Amino acid sequence: MPQRGVGASIPRKEDDRFMRGRGQYVADIQLPGMWNAAFVRSPHAHARIKSIRPPQGYADRFFTAADLTDIKTFHCSPNFPGFKHSDFQILSQVGGKARFVGDPVAVVVAPTRAEAEDLVQATSIDYEVLAPVMVAEQALKGGGPYVHDHWGDNVYIQTEKTVGEFEALTKQAKHKVTRDYVMHRQSPMTMEPRGLLASYDSRLDELTVYMSHQMPHPMQTGISQMLGIDHNRVRVICPDVGGGFGLKVYLEVETLVIVSLARRLKRPVRWIQDRYEHLVGDSNTREHSYRFTMHADDQGKVLAVDGEVIVNVGAYSTWPWPAGVEGEIAVGNFTGPYDTRAFKAKHISIATNKPPSGPFRGVTRPLNCYISEVTMDAVARVVGRTPEAVRFENLVKPEQMPYTSITKKHMDSGNYPETLRRALKLVDVDKVRARQKAGERDGRRVGLGIACFYEQTAYGTGPMGYAGWGIELVPGHEIATIKLTPDGGVWVSVGIHSHGQGLETTLAQVASEILTVDPDRIAIRYGDTATAYTGTGTYASRSMVVAGGAVAKSARLLIEPIKKIGAHLLQCDVGDVELKNGEVVGPRGSVPFAAVGRAFYLHPEELPPDFGAATLTATGGHLDKVHGGVFANAAHVAVVAVDPDTGFVELLDYGIVFDCGRMVNPLIVYGQVYGALAQGIGNALYEESEYDAHGNPTSVTLADYIIPGATEMPEVKIQHMESPSPYSEFGMKGIGENGCIGPPAAIANAISDAFRDLGVEVNETPATPRRVYAAIQKAKARSGR
Amino acid sequence: MKPVAFDYKRPASLDEALALIKGNDGSTKLLAGGQSLGPMLNLRMVQPTLIVDVARLKELVGVAETKDGVTVGAAVRHAAIEDGEVPDVANGLLRRVAGGIAYRAVRNRGTIGGSLSHADPAGDWAPVMMALDAVVVARGGAGARDIPAGRFVQGPLATALEADEIAQSVRIPRLSPDAKWGQVKLCRKPGEFAESLAVVVIDRKRRAIRAVVTSPRHAPTYLAGTAQLIDGLKGWSADAEQKIKDAVAADLKASKLVGDDPYRLQIHRVTVARAVREALS
Repeated sequence: MPQRGVGASIPRKEDDRFMRGRGQYVADIQLPGMWNAAFVRSPHAHARIKSIRPPQGYADRFFTAADLTDIKTFHCSPNFPGFKHSDFQILSQVGGKARFVGDPVAVVVAPTRAEAEDLVQATSIDYEVLAPVMVAEQALKGGGPYVHDHWGDNVYIQTEKTVGEFEALTKQAKHKVTRDYVMHRQSPMTMEPRGLLASYDSRLDELTVYMSHQMPHPMQTGISQMLGIDHNRVRVICPDVGGGFGLKVYLEVETLVIVSLARRLKRPVRWIQDRYEHLVGDSNTREHSYRFTMHADDQGKVLAVDGEVIVNVGAYSTWPWPAGVEGEIAVGNFTGPYDTRAFKAKHISIATNKPPSGPFRGVTRPLNCYISEVTMDAVARVVGRTPEAVRFENLVKPEQMPYTSITKKHMDSGNYPETLRRALKLVDVDKVRARQKAGERDGRRVGLGIACFYEQTAYGTGPMGYAGWGIELVPGHEIATIKLTPDGGVWVSVGIHSHGQGLETTLAQVASEILTVDPDRIAIRYGDTATAYTGTGTYASRSMVVAGGAVAKSARLLIEPIKKIGAHLLQCDVGDVELKNGEVVGPRGSVPFAAVGRAFYLHPEELPPDFGAATLTATGGHLDKVHGGVFANAAHVAVVAVDPDTGFVELLDYGIVFDCGRMVNPLIVYGQVYGALAQGIGNALYEESEYDAHGNPTSVTLADYIIPGATEMPEVKIQHMESPSPYSEFGMKGIGENGCIGPPAAIANAISDAFRDLGVEVNETPATPRRVYAAIQKAKARSGR
Repeated sequence: MKPVAFDYKRPASLDEALALIKGNDGSTKLLAGGQSLGPMLNLRMVQPTLIVDVARLKELVGVAETKDGVTVGAAVRHAAIEDGEVPDVANGLLRRVAGGIAYRAVRNRGTIGGSLSHADPAGDWAPVMMALDAVVVARGGAGARDIPAGRFVQGPLATALEADEIAQSVRIPRLSPDAKWGQVKLCRKPGEFAESLAVVVIDRKRRAIRAVVTSPRHAPTYLAGTAQLIDGLKGWSADAEQKIKDAVAADLKASKLVGDDPYRLQIHRVTVARAVREALS
């Protein structure tokens, strides 16, 4: 049998159903007597509600905060000193406020969604429109308006720190290179928007909640806490989920409302988010502005950095990922993959009349990479060296590994300079430079840009992990339950979720590696709190390492009982048998696992006499050995052609060399990198949630919010390097965010490089044609050309 | 994102369709390919009480070629034009334009008459029909009337059609064999609305020199001064390019359509200049 365990590029098991359209999403589930909900959403960014008139004749199908009093007020606050609470508003009521366009004010139910939308239209709400707070300058200027009136300002949290010999090192540095950066809001774009279906089971006295979500168990806990229902009477099922990317990791108002309605109305209630609601009313993400400085010597070695970040969090802090965390992650990655020994940082998280922000694939890392890499290119220009030369000057060297940065990031392994050398070779940097020199016949300019970074994956607990922020829910461990079935197959249950990661295949490969059973005979089950013991879900590049580690541990626990039964059936000593191709092999013969299963489940009289109360099931956990997780890394190189007359950018080539340690399934890993790259290109060139001055969103359909498609993807060159982590099973590292961290930086640097002679600098994402053209004009005006 | 409840009728003849929209106060909508109406219904941007499906009316799907040109039924789909099922009397321009509309899935259903009647400023057909001096044939209760393409589109989502009229066909004059054209569409990505779309037609034999430009922000507009300049051009040069760009700027300034947005003005200058270059090369 060809090797199909860890390291094998086998096709994804789940694709059979996906490719045939046989997946099952929340919207595919129909329950008898099910009704549909629609939300009445604020058309104003900031308003007080003066009066509410329910749809005439349908007052019994219309609910505001005044009705749904079973939902507790909730807020999410980290234990940062001085943090201000923002009670997450569960709908509104007369006298209450609406804090962004799309803020749910009331809810209606009807047999169909169309009828529910009719009722929304028939509702009349009188608003007192208030001046909105939309951007940082406005939020910080003082004197109001305030998103949360009782705060007296619009600041969730402000922190400052200086670490290392900052003053001494900055004095030593000959060059001080400072740049300002603006990263505009994005919407984590999933193919399937969110969806909910809640149903009360009178037989079990249990609420079953179907959700399109990445974290079944934390949602079970959240629903139990916020609605005051015993934990053991809430069951959360997350069926097939059409993409998460961080959109589906928080407890939303809609969830609590739908569950409350199902309990109240004693009938199944469903809400399927539409694309307008997704773009306007759901969490969007990472609106940051930075002032960032590198203090470098005349070789471009960066001795210290200092930076200020302002995070526009929006109206509320989300549960369980509070406001402030993004800013702290940004600060915690200020020195990047470079050997820089001092930093100074200031972080301000502000409230505005925009939807709350949630995490999105990579969280702040694409932004960290951006400010670091774009400034590094500026340093290169100042000291007169090539972009690659200053990076080789600064990157942490392989002989320094493991390396703990001044921001306490523990880089466990890898050869960072080598990834860059290989990435440059991948796109043939010399050829690109020659082409650049020759010029293009169509008048466009060619540029090459680099981005180097680490990817912190499989975050752990402890002070340098999530526990350091004092948040409501600290991930770190995962548990897997495994059993050998009567017919010799394997059943595994895990508390993570898989929504594009291919974990039904890769976790089976892990179990297969240890138990020697073919992955096709291993069923991976997830997404149901009734069948999985516990878990914290899938996000932050964690599930392969953490759940994979748990599967490995639980599988190992099965070896002994299988061997024992097999040896007994083979009439030999347990020390003389081994597991091979799904059989117990002894000196004189072998028995298939099916015989072992048969003995245990159907004919216990055949078990060895000393088997006792042993079983063919086991539960094993994985707890991180290091708080900060395991560190993957990569170098990205982009080659672009820019039209100087229009600012339009074409990606000519893109090379990635990444290192995620041991790959469980290279085919899936490469797919992950490729898919993430598409999102990174979206971040770099296309995606932006725009608002006008009155706070109205203007990116409200996929005609206005542009995401890259097949035609925007270049022929990508992807190559792997393997530096196993010393801390994880098989040396695995996470890979989910690697492809999307580099593109905004690499592409911006490539655009600037195309106009190196003019000194063009792109410092805003996305680099739209309008912005690129403006940057070129600005540089032309400055250089007098 | 579900439409309001509405009635749906699929009449068997154009006359029957006209009877259904007689006295239409705007609450009846015509459905052809549905590529714009569908999303607008779902977003409740339109809330009709009746939808009249004209996609299969035989009076709307015919194609008739004469020595002077071709008459294309309003319900002829973009894909049919793209695939050459409609005689391209514009020396290849019709097929080029059809093949560049959104995605093939849209082109399989979207119709030329629907696109013109919807009058989305980013629509592909209106500027082309203007540049070709085409005529929209409108049918109402009182009979048929001709509306020149240049007067048909009156602004974003506004046409010269009355609420009880149906665009029946488009009459496209035949270009001279040596007539040239250029068409440049600047999109953030294929299938998106064009940031700027320019069409230039140079048919000296028929004394028809046209330059038209459009964008999602304003209706398509003739650039008269630019066309005049093109008429006098001997060939392409850097000097010619600059003159064209200046003329475009002057025309647009006079039209007051672009406002004081320098980027919009810049890309219009670029697309028109490139369309001229394509036509001259």
